[in-house]
Amino acid sequence: MNILVLGVGNILLHDEGLGVRAIEELERAYAFAPEVELVDGGTCGLELLDNLKGRDLLVIIDAMKNGGPPGSVYRLADGEVPAHFNTRITPHQLGISDLLATLGLMDSLPGRLVLFGVEPGDLSTGLGLSESVEQALARVVVAVAAELAGYGLEPQLLAAEASRPPGFWSTRHLNP
Amino acid sequence: MAKRIVVDPVTRIEGHLRIDCEVENGKVKKAWSSGQMWRGIELILQGRDPREAWLFTQRICGVCTTVHAIASVRAVENALGLEVPVNAQFIRNLIIGAHGVHDHMVHFYHLCALDWVDIVSALKADARATAQLGQSLSSWKGNSYPEIKAVQDRLKGFVGSGQLGPFGSGYWGHPAMKLKPEVNLLAATHYLQALEYQRKINQVVAILGSKTPHIQNLAVGGVANPINMDSSSALNMEKLFHVKTLIDEVNDFVKNAMLVDVAAVGAFYADWTAYGAGVTNYLSVPDMPMDSKGTVFELPGGYIENGEISKFSPIKSYHDDFFEKNVKESIKHSWYKGDWNRHPYEEETVPDYTDFQDNGKYSWVKSPTFQGAPAQVGPLANVLAMYVSGHAPTKKYVDQTLATVSSLAKTQVGIPALHSTIGRIAARVVRCAVLNDTLNNQWSALVNNIGSGDVRTFNKPTFPAGEQRGFGFHEAPRGTLSHWVVIENGKIKNYQCVVPSTWNAGPRNDKDAPGPYEASLVGNPVADPEKPLEVLRTVHSFDPCLACAIHLVDGENREIVKVKVL
Repeated sequence: MNILVLGVGNILLHDEGLGVRAIEELERAYAFAPEVELVDGGTCGLELLDNLKGRDLLVIIDAMKNGGPPGSVYRLADGEVPAHFNTRITPHQLGISDLLATLGLMDSLPGRLVLFGVEPGDLSTGLGLSESVEQALARVVVAVAAELAGYGLEPQLLAAEASRPPGFWSTRHLNP
Repeated sequence: MAKRIVVDPVTRIEGHLRIDCEVENGKVKKAWSSGQMWRGIELILQGRDPREAWLFTQRICGVCTTVHAIASVRAVENALGLEVPVNAQFIRNLIIGAHGVHDHMVHFYHLCALDWVDIVSALKADARATAQLGQSLSSWKGNSYPEIKAVQDRLKGFVGSGQLGPFGSGYWGHPAMKLKPEVNLLAATHYLQALEYQRKINQVVAILGSKTPHIQNLAVGGVANPINMDSSSALNMEKLFHVKTLIDEVNDFVKNAMLVDVAAVGAFYADWTAYGAGVTNYLSVPDMPMDSKGTVFELPGGYIENGEISKFSPIKSYHDDFFEKNVKESIKHSWYKGDWNRHPYEEETVPDYTDFQDNGKYSWVKSPTFQGAPAQVGPLANVLAMYVSGHAPTKKYVDQTLATVSSLAKTQVGIPALHSTIGRIAARVVRCAVLNDTLNNQWSALVNNIGSGDVRTFNKPTFPAGEQRGFGFHEAPRGTLSHWVVIENGKIKNYQCVVPSTWNAGPRNDKDAPGPYEASLVGNPVADPEKPLEVLRTVHSFDPCLACAIHLVDGENREIVKVKVL
């Protein structure tokens, strides 16, 4: 099994940075099996080709406008995922859809594709997550851990998780 | 009667750029370039620790992460008068060189080639004749018949499945597409091979930058890479030799496939040397510093006024007055409050959105000037500066490319042809070849310096009380990038990024002179206003990237024809 958990988004746009924050939070709280790699993809496109190539499972975490109340958590799988990246407007949408299309051209698409999305509340310029998305962050992290457990690769909660310092992009660190 | 074309967004990947053209008798008469997003990074940085600014600036854009990180640490070091150990310079140079090769390769093959190469036509090519053509042009190992046949079969399967993916938005069969099926297939073959090589060169960034896509190894004062030949976690010989192997593999592709491809495209589209010159004031900065102070550079840069190579003024150091004093930005036609023309240290960022006013404000991009005039930045500006400075590798690759073009086009094509749409594309590939040589030189410089016993990589910054001002420049893949910082009592008081796409995509300035995109479009042919491929060719030749923009704004659309291009 060869798994990539990829968080994408722009941390300069409040809730847009949810994916990046989720990676930070996963790394802070858990130890992962060697088969699982975590990458903060930011708003990058083709630079990520090397990371994505030939994965058995690709898990993407991103902000996702889907019409629900801010903080709603969504899970999409396989064929449902590219459509999401083709239809919405964010600074990195074209990066991801191009990336998936290019992987198709190279015959290197991931075996399975799962997207965890969180409905954003605030996409204006600025740092830190809005309150409802901050609360959703904890739920997404647990959902990703459960997804990996489904493949027999459950991440182990670190003992001192609660006392470990907050990540660089966390609301607590940026806006003390 | 004039017809208006609106192309929005123009870029295949990042960014939100809108181009409006007034077309009369099959030619562009007037053009407007409008950035549709707002950059707010300046506001985010106020009050923060200058040592952390680069972590934020590298998040402005998904394509230009590394370049904003580099410009930021250089700006803060400049403000403090802080020197950087040469090992750190060489490691940074390897990172920006590898990033540059990656970026130029991706732009040439994956973002721009499809304006000139017809993928659907490639399906009709005779694969054997294509292999013969390729082998007649160069000794590239990837021009074999089995390789080309396999690519054609893969493309057939891909197009046949109806999932066009990256080819979904091309203008296949457009009358302005002129290459023979065999040339199209050869280019398509290299398009696929380039995907592998851009991946390889990006690994250099990952090895030295500790992480990718966002490098982790920078610091104000140097780099965080420990150098220790006996440690597996530090930068050691094994990692350095891996870097060298990657550089050499990519070098083979750039010199034997990419340089030849651009000459072929240039020769078969020689008519495009007559379009797209636009603003011929060219600005570039020196890069690849070889000393701790930033006074000796491997790659020269400077200012060329009005396309006259005899009027070249070199920019010589990180403290160059001529550069520092002559950059200004105007907001007369930009969505910011007021109407001023200021030096970056003195700017403010107060958004003031109106709608799109042809003669008023119409863009989020400010309008930069050098010595009061708009300037074009990018590989063409840099290649011309390096050529006139007598930089030997630049001269070699320019002359070699022009000779191949002349022989294929059966007419003499010289330096003046570079002031054009196709010239900008050729210059990008020349610069990619130059950067490959630079990577080898920087690698040797690093290894030799470590061999002499110097393993220092970091000088600790100290922040005195009071105010310091500094600027950092970098000759990035899209051209001259500068960050300007004002520090007060150890915190950021003001921060401005003057980015390459601001220079090129800027609106009219305080004297109503059009920016480089706008000027370059005037006179462009447009065969079919519904499919303005020619407009895209010229705009794409600049390698537009406007994701340095942030906030999404829905403008009013009053166009007659609106074209969506991914």
